[in-house]
Amino acid sequence: MEQLLQLFIYGLVLGSIYALGAIGVSLTFGILRFANFAHGDLMTLGAYFALTFVGWGWPLGVSWIPAALATAVCAVGIDQWVYRRLRREAPVILLISSFGTALILRSLVQILWGPDNQVYRQGIQIPWEVGGLRIKPDWVVILAGTALLVVALHLFLQHTQVGKAMRAMADNFDLAKVTGIDTEQIILWTWTLGAALACLAGIFLGLDTRLHPTMGWRLLLPVFAAAILGGIGRPYGAIAGGLVIGLAEEFSTLVISPAYKTGVAFAILVLLLIFRPTGLVGGRA
Amino acid sequence: MLSYAIFFLILVGIYSVLALGLNIQWGYAGMFNIGVGAFFALGAYASAIVTTPPSPEHLGGFALPFWVGFAVAAVVAGAMAFLIGLITLNLRSDYLAIATIGIAEIISQILKNEGWLTNGVRGITRIPRPFRGWIPGQDTLLYLGLVLLVLAGVYWLSERAYRSPWGRVLRAIREDEPAALAAGKDVLQFRLQAFVLGSTLMGLAGALYAHFVNFISPEAFQPEFATFIVWVMLIAGGSGNNRGALLGALAIWGVWSASELFTNRLPPQWATRAGPLRILLIGLLLQVILLTRPQGLLPERPPQPVGDASSLSRASRTPEGESAG
Repeated sequence: MEQLLQLFIYGLVLGSIYALGAIGVSLTFGILRFANFAHGDLMTLGAYFALTFVGWGWPLGVSWIPAALATAVCAVGIDQWVYRRLRREAPVILLISSFGTALILRSLVQILWGPDNQVYRQGIQIPWEVGGLRIKPDWVVILAGTALLVVALHLFLQHTQVGKAMRAMADNFDLAKVTGIDTEQIILWTWTLGAALACLAGIFLGLDTRLHPTMGWRLLLPVFAAAILGGIGRPYGAIAGGLVIGLAEEFSTLVISPAYKTGVAFAILVLLLIFRPTGLVGGRA
Repeated sequence: MLSYAIFFLILVGIYSVLALGLNIQWGYAGMFNIGVGAFFALGAYASAIVTTPPSPEHLGGFALPFWVGFAVAAVVAGAMAFLIGLITLNLRSDYLAIATIGIAEIISQILKNEGWLTNGVRGITRIPRPFRGWIPGQDTLLYLGLVLLVLAGVYWLSERAYRSPWGRVLRAIREDEPAALAAGKDVLQFRLQAFVLGSTLMGLAGALYAHFVNFISPEAFQPEFATFIVWVMLIAGGSGNNRGALLGALAIWGVWSASELFTNRLPPQWATRAGPLRILLIGLLLQVILLTRPQGLLPERPPQPVGDASSLSRASRTPEGESAG
């Protein structure tokens, strides 16, 4: 029982990270209509930006703000320089381009910060013992941070003009366009939001484990699985999807080797795409 | 210098087989496979296990002749593609792409973690090079001959396939799936055949690679080198055009090798950054190609209908013809 609860906690932490990544994937997939393969590497980039600010002696609680801004600037810059010019092409051309972007970002991270494992702070954090369970203080930061971000996202999507336009575009692009929404401007907002959340996902992943240039790329499959599980273009679905995939991966370690956790996300993804391609709660195919 | 040229051409030949395999999947049929490296690795490991001398470190070595290894490599990669294709080929191209990331990741984890099968991260050594000692000191030249022979066969096969009715159906599925369905074509069946054929070629390329370098480990099949560069080759050369795939393999491998000359001149403290710098260059090259020449150096040229059909279509296309008649 305790073991199950412990796995449940691991799953929630991992699921929170997936959820933050999946929101960005879901929004860009829903609004721009292409699977952004560079999203994982945006997470990596964000995590390393924060590492730089931490290196300057700023606390991580402050560093995330400039890191998120810098990641958003990068995402918008890539969109303006590359993706904007390809918007008239088939979505799959954008997908290939984003695959190239992913490699560019990853090699930049390796060039600027080096290929080795790095951490935000040295030393091992002593976990709290709560009723036989081990809980690391960092996990509380991750879970609370994710909860706050989700609430902020909810307020943004429900109560601001931009947020409403974003949801409208994810629902029906053409209809949104004829009602006079400035689609190019909303696209910029989508990148900003998606990249900022990706940055936080990267920081949380770096906090939970460590920073490595391929950390984000390895998350791409579960993050996409989460976004599809929740229904493309549905940020709330993406959050639920992230938690489901995170929990499923952790509970799977009861029966299979942890090395094959990716297989769980893959299996969920394939079963889902075969039986319910619009996601569990309904969304666009 | 000559030995460098032979070395260079052998790798171009191996990458050409990979690019031709990917061309059947993406260029002909529009299926997006990001697991190229996985099928490449499967072929390399399959042939290595079959042909190495017995070893306690991994499954086998069965010490069989190299051509058996090549055949097993092609069959193993093809069989894996068949299983994967059955469950994923109904997916839309972007979803298929995501699914193939998962396949590549799972296969790479198996190579790393199943030591009894692959010797894990330590890899498989002593993979025999065929024709060693036939002409003293010239085994790489003989091996180049073998690579070119395989490449010629693969090219001939791909061209035949492209011009055949089978290739035409694949193009129809790529361009307009509902129309192909309405014409009574079994879309899933055709996709599965193209996916298996392309992956078989990738497996064969893996065997060619393993017997050339004599040592393989999971490191050699990272997505940057085994998947990404093959995609850039095909896009640069021209998707759908087999000669484009060959030209792309030559051009991009040329750029890749030339970039090494450049990074060798970097100051020593930059030495560890040379690899990523070269990947960065190839990534930027891909973006430039997509933005300026998305059809590639040699654009696709499907065979035109001949005989009556061509004169008919020409007549209907030119208004002068109608007014004259």
